[in-house]
Amino acid sequence: MSSGGALDRRAVVAGLLRDRGDLLVVTGLGSASYDVMAAGDHDLNYYLWGAMGSAAMVGLGLAAARPDRPVLVLTGDGELLMGFGALATIALRRPRNLSIVVLDNGHYGETGMQPSHTGQGIEISRVAEACGFPRVDLIARMEAIETLRRRIHAREALALATVKIAAENPPRVLPPRDAIHVKNRFRLALGLAPA
Amino acid sequence: MASADAAEAPSWRDEVYDVLKQAGVKHVVYVPDAGHATAIERANADAGMHSVVLTTEEEGIGYLAGAWLGGDRGALLMQSSGVGNCINMLALPASARFPLLMVVTMRGDWAEFNQWQNPMGQAAEAALRLMGVLTWRTDDPKDVGPLLRGAATMAFSGDCACAVLLGQRLIGEKEWVK
Repeated sequence: MSSGGALDRRAVVAGLLRDRGDLLVVTGLGSASYDVMAAGDHDLNYYLWGAMGSAAMVGLGLAAARPDRPVLVLTGDGELLMGFGALATIALRRPRNLSIVVLDNGHYGETGMQPSHTGQGIEISRVAEACGFPRVDLIARMEAIETLRRRIHAREALALATVKIAAENPPRVLPPRDAIHVKNRFRLALGLAPA
Repeated sequence: MASADAAEAPSWRDEVYDVLKQAGVKHVVYVPDAGHATAIERANADAGMHSVVLTTEEEGIGYLAGAWLGGDRGALLMQSSGVGNCINMLALPASARFPLLMVVTMRGDWAEFNQWQNPMGQAAEAALRLMGVLTWRTDDPKDVGPLLRGAATMAFSGDCACAVLLGQRLIGEKEWVK
């Protein structure tokens, strides 16, 4: 039975966002947003503070609109599970510039560390594989993070990686909660005007 | 399926797609419904359109938010029963003022054979409004183009969430026994 892992989530996320270049980032509700914020706020981060289960789909729409850019969705196991069907939808579209990284601690960390489905036997990377994701990884060692980072930037194939992180809550680093502001600064950074 | 307006050109079914194209829509995301068959077929055949089939309607709200972040316009096509699946996800356009254009084909509002469709069909428009979505509803083929055009303007030029509801009298009675 899988139940998260041992990796430090902040170190994993900082490693993935190093030398981010033209990377576009979408973060799922909860700790994944704090991890990305802790690595440094950026105009090309879109933090979701709600709409649980939508992070992967926001990433799909963004990847379809901007095929010239690598798009990274960083989310947790609980957030992804709430929109599990999205894996089927995304597998059919197969955008080469989209990578989904699931920070899997096997628990709902935000609500008091109740065990999630992944902590009780559901392995998200196997589901992605069954859906036909061309690139699937299960990462339990820190050394694999740099390889994953390079692959995200390569834009060669739709990818999902489950990263087994420790079930612990580092101090919260809160991203801005004004969703309109975050939207408009993201679009502005891409050269798009607000309405 | 009734198609009394089939001889007119363009029919409201084609007009839905024509208006979306004229509004600059590049993504049609949908859960299939017979009432949307023409738009879905045309989207699938259009090399300039991302045509995306969803497993559930709420996926479309996230998708279209992402497309807008990247500079693109899109529309979500669904049946009235799908409105219920979207409720919590409608916090996304409400909080971030993402444009959202929905076209909803009604069930459970006229000559409905399957009473299981009635609860969500009857609640669909009120549920959308509860979540801050502007709505327009019609049973008249002449209204479809103008209402959708107006909704697209208010969505893409005013950052509003907008839904056009196409009534069951417009779509026609479903034939249950052929």
